[in-house]
Amino acid sequence: MSYQVNGHTIEHDEEGYITNLSDWSIELANEIARTENIEMTDEHWEVVNFLRQYYEEYQIAPAVRVLIKAIKKSMGPEKGNNKYMYELFPYGPAKQACKIAGLPKPTGCV
Amino acid sequence: MPDVKKFLYVNRKAPYGTIYALESLEVVLIGAAFEQDVSLAFLDDGVFQLTKGQNTEGIGVKNFSPTFRALGDYEVTKLFVERESLEERGLTEADLQEITYEDEDDDWAEKPSIRVVSRAEMAEIMADQDVVLSF
Amino acid sequence: MSTLHTVNKSPFATNSLTSCLNHCREGDAVLMIEDGVYGGLSGTAVAEQVAAKAGSVSIYVLRPDADARGLAQERMLEGIEGVDYAGFVDLAAAHDRTQAWL
Repeated sequence: MSYQVNGHTIEHDEEGYITNLSDWSIELANEIARTENIEMTDEHWEVVNFLRQYYEEYQIAPAVRVLIKAIKKSMGPEKGNNKYMYELFPYGPAKQACKIAGLPKPTGCV
Repeated sequence: MPDVKKFLYVNRKAPYGTIYALESLEVVLIGAAFEQDVSLAFLDDGVFQLTKGQNTEGIGVKNFSPTFRALGDYEVTKLFVERESLEERGLTEADLQEITYEDEDDDWAEKPSIRVVSRAEMAEIMADQDVVLSF
Repeated sequence: MSTLHTVNKSPFATNSLTSCLNHCREGDAVLMIEDGVYGGLSGTAVAEQVAAKAGSVSIYVLRPDADARGLAQERMLEGIEGVDYAGFVDLAAAHDRTQAWL
């Protein structure tokens, strides 16, 4: 199972999370988003970039409630809430955004 | 909140020689979803899990020490470290990484999560739990 | 409020037994299982440590594990009681929590 980006083949697991985190690129993120039926806007990128920073700092993909709380702290309550996040990522902000961000499936997602 | 129980995760192993330390941390993160009263205990070689300056590049495994600093986001804010175990290993609190949480009930003031306790205090903490999970 | 502690490692391989004894409180019980049963032997380097706790803490050894290792009850320290699997269950039920020393 793999994504095709600019002639490169990038492996992913059965749920679509990429296997090798260093394979990530902006082009790949757009390709993953396309398979998830998401058109990437600045608002989507803001969350994806936030997740990548979070992972860089803590070596962990946060659970959804942790992500939303952290977004609220960083960007304010108008973004750090369930409605806003689920509108951006309807199939789960942590799961979908992590996938697009090239991170593992969130830890603590039951 | 109904049926909140006191859970203590006891960590007694050094971080990379066995899988215990990483497994413990993952169980803590997953278990945090259940909103129980969670504490972590570090004693014996478990105190080595919290030391500063870990770099695993050369051994090809993930350095999970930064993840302890995310525990506050998961509302896990009590990390008890045994003083005698530190001393036996030539360590002081200054050798441990700084781990903090933001106290929701105190205007989000940043507070330390690590509390160094004596062996006798650790025994009391253990005896005060509903459930003790060992790693 | 008391605790049943289980120890499953030889005291000559790890400090689990020592650490357990250092953290148990009066009225607690310690059950030696698997390789932990070696900790119950008399005449060893840890025997004194175990005997010193035997007053305030009840110490048990799981007989099937001791038998498997050829350790007759006569070779155990005085005051250490042998229990079978049903006894293990009774001990777990008689205490408020169980703590494993791995």
